[in-house]
Amino acid sequence: MSENIDSVKTYTAVWLILLALTGITTAVAYVDLGAFSVVIALLIAAIKMLLVALFFMHMRHSTRLTQLAAAGAFLWLFIMMAFTLADVWTRGLVGTQGR
Amino acid sequence: MAEQAHTPVETLALREQFDTAEQQKESSTFGMWVFLVTEVMFFGGMFLAYTVYRNTYPVVFGMASTSLNALIGALNTAVLLCSSFTMVMAVRAAQLGRRKVLIWFLILTLLLGLVFLGVKAYEWNEKFVEHHVPGMHFHFEGAAEQGPAQLFFSLYFAMTGLHALHMVVGAGILSWLLYHALRGRFTAEYMTPVDIAGLYWHFVDIIWVFLFPLLYLIDRHMR
Repeated sequence: MSENIDSVKTYTAVWLILLALTGITTAVAYVDLGAFSVVIALLIAAIKMLLVALFFMHMRHSTRLTQLAAAGAFLWLFIMMAFTLADVWTRGLVGTQGR
Repeated sequence: MAEQAHTPVETLALREQFDTAEQQKESSTFGMWVFLVTEVMFFGGMFLAYTVYRNTYPVVFGMASTSLNALIGALNTAVLLCSSFTMVMAVRAAQLGRRKVLIWFLILTLLLGLVFLGVKAYEWNEKFVEHHVPGMHFHFEGAAEQGPAQLFFSLYFAMTGLHALHMVVGAGILSWLLYHALRGRFTAEYMTPVDIAGLYWHFVDIIWVFLFPLLYLIDRHMR
């Protein structure tokens, strides 16, 4: 990792955006968006995660190997989530027991 | 007299299995990230359980979720994000070799972390008062089925509890950093522990960034 030191300005900007996003996600929660409430909430959370990872965790300056490892987390998480939900959410469809 | 053997100065606490200080630092960073990947899976299992049961009992989970105090949750999220900011400023101070600044930002981060835990304790206490703690005295008013409501609060306590446990560990790590920073152990050339601890602290922050909307917010609009 080449030593890239970000400016105080950058960190402050990211911090303020994170606080603003917290306010937005809380306010939007009271608006009736139906099923999209979850989508919006997760979208904002994902943006916050990216900001923290890229700036605060220096992911922008990390080596490719480290970036790959971090991205790998989502692959494994996706497999666990997708396969389990594919089972649970489709149990009623083919008339099997257990739901 | 016997000539003084010229031993190279042990710079940057470079271990023998590494060629350069930079390689050593990269290995540490990479190791921490791999650990964090395992943590993603650890918490991922709980998020998955929450998703499955929320999907199975949407109505009761919605009622239980809206009984949480969203304002306190939002404020606590802000506290945690502020602590992430002070942590990254501490790492920056360490990178620049500014010992005093490092110490102050570590203290601030630790304090904010403790504030978060204090608020969490207040919220948990509220649950005890309201009989929303799973167990013999559990009672959730308005829910026809108490079972699914208990399930929500079981998951609530497991998820926020596990997160709080990570915060307690984080506070311990910060105290350790503070002790060594006060003794002047970190320099611009060697500040890997500060850097690595920062990664952990931000990760715990990210977990909360997902816990907050999923536990507190997503069913608000139905009220």
